[in-house]
Amino acid sequence: MSFVALDLVPLLAAMLACLACGLVGNLLLLTRQSLLGDAVSHAVLPGIVLAFLLTGSRDAGPMLAGAVLAAFAAALLVGLVVRAARLPPQAAMGIVFTGFFALGVVLLEAGVGRRVHLDLDHVLLGQLEALVWPAAEGWHSLLDPAALAALPPEIRLIGAVALSVPVVLAALWKELRLLAFDPEFAAVSGFAPRALSALLLAVLAVVCVAAFWAVGAILAIAALVAPPAAARLLARSYRGQVLASAAVALAMGAGGVLLAGALPWLAGWGFGLSASGMVAVAGGVLVAAAALLARARESR
Amino acid sequence: MSPAPVPLPLPALSVRGLSVAYGREPALWNVTWHSPPSGLVAIVGPNGAGKSTLLKAALGLVPRLAGEVRFFGAPLAAARRRIGYLPQRAAIEWDFPATALDVAAMGRYPRAGWFRPLPRAEREAARAALAEVGLADLADRPIGELSGGQQQRVLLARTLAQEPDLFLMDEPFAGVDAATEEAILAVLHRLAEGGRCVIAVHHDLSTVPRAFDHALLLNREVVAEGPAATLLSPENLARAYGGRLRAPG
Repeated sequence: MSFVALDLVPLLAAMLACLACGLVGNLLLLTRQSLLGDAVSHAVLPGIVLAFLLTGSRDAGPMLAGAVLAAFAAALLVGLVVRAARLPPQAAMGIVFTGFFALGVVLLEAGVGRRVHLDLDHVLLGQLEALVWPAAEGWHSLLDPAALAALPPEIRLIGAVALSVPVVLAALWKELRLLAFDPEFAAVSGFAPRALSALLLAVLAVVCVAAFWAVGAILAIAALVAPPAAARLLARSYRGQVLASAAVALAMGAGGVLLAGALPWLAGWGFGLSASGMVAVAGGVLVAAAALLARARESR
Repeated sequence: MSPAPVPLPLPALSVRGLSVAYGREPALWNVTWHSPPSGLVAIVGPNGAGKSTLLKAALGLVPRLAGEVRFFGAPLAAARRRIGYLPQRAAIEWDFPATALDVAAMGRYPRAGWFRPLPRAEREAARAALAEVGLADLADRPIGELSGGQQQRVLLARTLAQEPDLFLMDEPFAGVDAATEEAILAVLHRLAEGGRCVIAVHHDLSTVPRAFDHALLLNREVVAEGPAATLLSPENLARAYGGRLRAPG
């Protein structure tokens, strides 16, 4: 009973959020834009907070729309800063995206108390532990409509994102691969790289929202980078890269949540471990393991 | 590749009053040039003469300040399927997880269109393009494990797989060994004999008269153009290179 009620939803949330982030992260890694993930995961905060403050609900729709709008506004602003201040894009990104994040924090604090709770800690560090499912009485609750209706709403959002990301990647499989490998060739052969890049930014904003509820804004970058980085060390083809990153992402989410629950108990520690922190740690461990594996394979 | 049935009467590439600047530095100034409809054409000139920029501006890859570009008399949007582009090898990240065949197959993507996986027949056409450049045995090799010359031939295969009428090539011979250069030249000559037009940015002046039919001598402006055999006269070279070079041969 207690596993299904207390641990199942956090476990699924972490796995699915890491899956969505890891899949999109492939395109960032292969185009050497991984830090864009970090930037966008921060820039979406004011959009999410505004959507939350305006609607007072945690419905997926307004929140995703707010995140996408914030990401595009930030991207446009970066372009403006580059031109107006003649700064290199990296510096402009640093200014704009941290500014957006700070704005989000201020909005959050200004709005707290007026509406139902949206906790700063949760936004920064995720709220896996809060995703409990009290209505569940055991595994059979997975088939019970009444219990399913009482699932935390965040898991629906994460699930919907995790399902739609593979659909988008599959539908635009060759287009995105071409964009990542050679955007100029994509342009010349009529595969609108600007439109594809804009779509990628939107998808990135959406997965960042999913990552928010799971691991939080600060550790979202781990979910975006670790799975594709580990996969890059092991895979030789694009398909292998995507499949391996998906496997690493699922392992990272599951491993983090399970270790956070089991380690303190096994070691007899008197304190708990943050699940989102352990997800990021698991990501790092998996990248290290992939590096060792790749080295062993090379020397053989 | 199927031979083009009739000679193409219009200039393959035609630019009028083309100007491009990077920041405040002009890269091309008021370039007007009409390529032949077919044959091998070299674009030569000193470093920074705007040779690559001419190709990129024609293809809309860099913004132009002014000027008009036509491919076989049509604007770019209407002529895309007739144009193949071969970028500089150095512009590609070769550690990308892809095989030689994966890259060659990208030349067939426009035939599949948006949202559709590449049909098997198109992949086989890409394999044939690899065979044409002598890489049939390396089709499944990751591109990061290929030599520089082999990588250059993979890019050529991708362009061949497009089956265009106009090939725009940015330094197709850069950093390749003599054998690869001969192999690539043989392919280009076959294309020219089939009625295609190949316009290549080229560095090695000594091979221009022997290997090319036509040449454009560029130094931000058009210095001279004409048959490759006679264009690189001492006077023209002095005008393009400022007297630092002597005529080849």
